[in-house]
Amino acid sequence: MGPKYPELAHKYLGPVQASFEPIRRLLRKFGLQIGIVVAGLIIWTVFCIASPDTFLGYNIYGAIMSTTPFFAMMALVLTMVVISAEMDLSFPAVMAFGVAIFCLVLEGATALGWNYSISLTLATLSCFLAGLGAGLLNGFIVVRIGIPSLVATIGTQFFWRGIVVVIMNGSGRSLVSTQGTVLHGALVGRLGGLVPAQMLWTIAIAIVVWIFLNRHKFGAHVYLVGDKVESARLMGVNVPRTKIMVFAAMGLMASFAGLVASLEVLYFWLNLGEGHMLTTLSSVFLGGTSVFGGTGTVFGTFVASFIIALINPGIIAAGLSGFWTQVIYGLIIVLAVTMHAVLRKRLV
Amino acid sequence: MDDYILKMTNISKSFGEVQALHNVNFVVGRNEVVGLLGDNGAGKSTLIKIVTGYHQPTSGEIEFDGRKLKGITVAQARDELGIETVYQERALADQQTLWRNIFMGRELTTKAGFLDVGRMRQETQRLMQGSMGFTSSAVTPDSVVSTFSGGEKQGVAITRALYFEAKLIILDEPTMGLSLSETRKLLDFVRDIKRAGKACIFIDHNVFHVYSVADRVVVMDRGTIAGEFYTKDITLDQLMEKMYRVAQTGSLD
Repeated sequence: MGPKYPELAHKYLGPVQASFEPIRRLLRKFGLQIGIVVAGLIIWTVFCIASPDTFLGYNIYGAIMSTTPFFAMMALVLTMVVISAEMDLSFPAVMAFGVAIFCLVLEGATALGWNYSISLTLATLSCFLAGLGAGLLNGFIVVRIGIPSLVATIGTQFFWRGIVVVIMNGSGRSLVSTQGTVLHGALVGRLGGLVPAQMLWTIAIAIVVWIFLNRHKFGAHVYLVGDKVESARLMGVNVPRTKIMVFAAMGLMASFAGLVASLEVLYFWLNLGEGHMLTTLSSVFLGGTSVFGGTGTVFGTFVASFIIALINPGIIAAGLSGFWTQVIYGLIIVLAVTMHAVLRKRLV
Repeated sequence: MDDYILKMTNISKSFGEVQALHNVNFVVGRNEVVGLLGDNGAGKSTLIKIVTGYHQPTSGEIEFDGRKLKGITVAQARDELGIETVYQERALADQQTLWRNIFMGRELTTKAGFLDVGRMRQETQRLMQGSMGFTSSAVTPDSVVSTFSGGEKQGVAITRALYFEAKLIILDEPTMGLSLSETRKLLDFVRDIKRAGKACIFIDHNVFHVYSVADRVVVMDRGTIAGEFYTKDITLDQLMEKMYRVAQTGSLD
């Protein structure tokens, strides 16, 4: 479809077909983003038609805005990991580890009689440091020891999950005491009574990740390292540092997402994160990130997370039994990944 | 003391048990094209990778432009010293755009490491019309490199090497996969390097190519230098005869 050498378009095609060239060029540049938005709109329209009561009211969107961020935030940073041709499967456990540290530090500080605000601040910082540390450990194992990231992070996932159970003595913690605090309001409060703060955090994170991925040297190196690591090395890119920083960012984001998710429900469940593996990964790949590395967009992942979020309520509101959820999930993912693969071949 | 841009003395390199280079003495004059010939496994690529900082020698000394080198990184060799390499594998990232490939590893930035995308695109546009010779309007700085032919990719790799004002340009098997006319363009390019007053190390299997552009030819065999000749002192037939003998017997005579 279309000539291989577009400059010959004017020679061998008529002027009308040749004038499609600028459109084709636009599609080539933004094909991925356009594709995912079109797919999303189609799905959303289908749901609106199937159950207008649900999808033309506010409540469902309020619910989506308060729960999607938990995995959307991580999907945005995981996109960077996958672009760099690595994988991180430990993030659900790191979510829990971060919040476990939060609870323990909070408990410890208040037991010492410290001011609650200070204890909260300390606990929050410890939570982020724990996530960062877990991320750096992943980076170290993958880059310095040389174990493939898929295997390494399966290992660290078990490890951190186990650590959480041990240090929490097998039981979760109530976070009701954080209600009304600045931390709680800042992370999960309802702005104007309507918009969940985590939604705004997700948008902010999307913007920040986009800036670093597309307008910063670090992001340029992430793409190069993921595309052809040897070329990057030969051209003087600091491959180890780039990879370690990507893993560190993922660990940090996992702990942040974990804290947000726990504060929303005011409880720390030991199995925090377990439900997020599938939705996070799906968002990354539905958004058009190539599993081979080198390509992927923040916008694609962002839109994809919300499509993923729409599916479950959409199916239920349409009256289909919840059993269909898995089937539809699977179908949408396979179709979307196929669409990306086809677009990539035809437009480039 | 002579006017060498590169002076490598007693360079040895082992990878574990394997000794890739053994007491190699190799020099390149400031405005000299040196052809590096030898069979596979002779150590040509290893030698080159030491010059560019990709490998560190196990022993021996390197002097570049009068400066003794120790533990230099690839980025340093390229940015501080002025050593550019066009690799056999071309070292391009196929899924990325043209401008990202040109500036790979040395992206133009404003403060705090933020990319100056506008300037990089602009420079790429300028280079496209000039040295890379892309004439069609379909190719833009945002074109993905995987859509280019082998010769065009070679052009990108070469332009990248030229753009940054190198003192020494190393070409590692540059004619691989090129058509006849592209090969001729490449050999002309080597002559341009010489005319521009720079130095060049040219590695190729094809003795004919090397002979037609080099001032001096260095023959490597199994990790050592078997011999060297000024091209004005030897005919192509004689050189090929010597190469053949090295491959058969391990010595030039």
